[in-house]
Amino acid sequence: MIEMQDVYKKYPNGVTALNGINVRINQGEFVYIVGPSGAGKSTFIKLIYREEVPTSGTILMNGVNLAKLRPKKVPHYRRNIGVVFQDYKLLPTLTVYENVAFALEVIEAQPKYIKKRVMEVLDLVGLKHKARMLPNELSGGEQQRISIARSIVNSPKVVIADEPTGNLDPETTWEIMKIFEEINNRGTTLVMATHNRDIVNTLKRRVIAIESGKIVRDEQRGEYGYEN
Amino acid sequence: MKIRTIGRHARESLKSLSRNGWMTFASVSAVTVTLILVGVFFVIMMNLNRVAQTVEEDVQIRVHIDVAASKQDQDLLKSEIQAIPEVKTVTFSPKEKELNDLVKRMGDEGKAFKLYKQDNPLNDVFIVKTVHPTDTMKTAKKIEKLKFVAKVKYGQDKVEKLFKFIKASRNVGVVLIIGLFLTAVFLISNTIKITIIARRREIKIMKLVGATNSFIRWPFFLEGLWLGILGAILPIVLISIAYYRAYDYINPKLAGTFIKLLPFDPFMYQVSGILLLMGALIGVWGSVMSVRKFLKV
Repeated sequence: MIEMQDVYKKYPNGVTALNGINVRINQGEFVYIVGPSGAGKSTFIKLIYREEVPTSGTILMNGVNLAKLRPKKVPHYRRNIGVVFQDYKLLPTLTVYENVAFALEVIEAQPKYIKKRVMEVLDLVGLKHKARMLPNELSGGEQQRISIARSIVNSPKVVIADEPTGNLDPETTWEIMKIFEEINNRGTTLVMATHNRDIVNTLKRRVIAIESGKIVRDEQRGEYGYEN
Repeated sequence: MKIRTIGRHARESLKSLSRNGWMTFASVSAVTVTLILVGVFFVIMMNLNRVAQTVEEDVQIRVHIDVAASKQDQDLLKSEIQAIPEVKTVTFSPKEKELNDLVKRMGDEGKAFKLYKQDNPLNDVFIVKTVHPTDTMKTAKKIEKLKFVAKVKYGQDKVEKLFKFIKASRNVGVVLIIGLFLTAVFLISNTIKITIIARRREIKIMKLVGATNSFIRWPFFLEGLWLGILGAILPIVLISIAYYRAYDYINPKLAGTFIKLLPFDPFMYQVSGILLLMGALIGVWGSVMSVRKFLKV
């Protein structure tokens, strides 16, 4: 599914974010990426959705080398990946429905299908009744649920989340995690960078700990924590 | 691209105009001010051009034929003149006509010349017109060298000065219009850039969900188009009204001279079309230039 071989990433300002990463994530896995701030978690995530390209090494996504993916092909590649961010990244001028439908309009899906599918995913995240509201009329948790709905509306094989619960209170965090579990149970691979010890230790899944750009621990049903 | 998608882009671009109210106002104002300047300048330049053309068309070479030339000599001279590549037409004007014209031109005083009818001292004349009026001097010099040519007249100094003046004013006009156009593009691209900076997040999100560059570019492209077209409306209305009034006021005063303003119809329709096109071009160019930078997410 996702395979990184000797991946190095050095930014133009001289900072080395990833320093020889070798990892393989299989279809349907639920993986936490943990590590201190500045360890390289976000870069790891960015490489997967191809916002960044590695300085050297290969990243294979279903056999396609992202390091060599032509810029023209990037949009098509991203349609197979759902991305969720800490700050939700919703368009404030669009309604809940429009924010989710947007991801399908971009790929020029049939209007009938868009309507049906958007309502399906809004139902899944429990916000069908708020479809006509604007994002700023909703709570943080609800906004994150819309963002998740948008990430899965294309039925992607992989959902990547960069600290999705970073801005949420514990109760809302668990609501979000339930949705992620549900998505994962349906066969979608989930890669989630997090700082939340409770989540990792309670919902025991594979944990990849990154520190100074290197993988320091990779355990099935692991615990939160890194060396420092 | 599907028609449905084009419809979506059109709707999005219109929505975005109303959402970014102040920016829309700023961009439209920039186009309006520039197009008013360009429009006024264009109208003046086209009218000057028209005057210049009228004068140019009047420029002719008068070849006085030697009195000693026989009919055959005249025919030979005519064909020699016609053989000069720059020459468009050669018209023969017999000395009797020349005298009549002279008498007519001088009015009452001219009547005295009627006495010469029996013993006409004037020459027969070939009136030569060149394909390009600017070739007048060159052609005149060539004709001067031919046999049986008594004298060649073409108002040397005046023609030369006039051509220089026309050429200079045309060049200045073209440079000014291009300058104004580029200023407008710069203004628009800057205003749109500010709108786009405000919408960088939107572009980033579009890219994250897999929108292609052209999908992102289209609404901005159309938005630029609307801005340009909206910006062209006021200049078109203002310039049309002003020209209509000016035409009514100035044209009667020019009666009797060879100068005439270009008639409202079709000139103003042409100017309106050009302003609309320029507005659209400025808008589209400006938006395309500024959106390009933000697509590298």
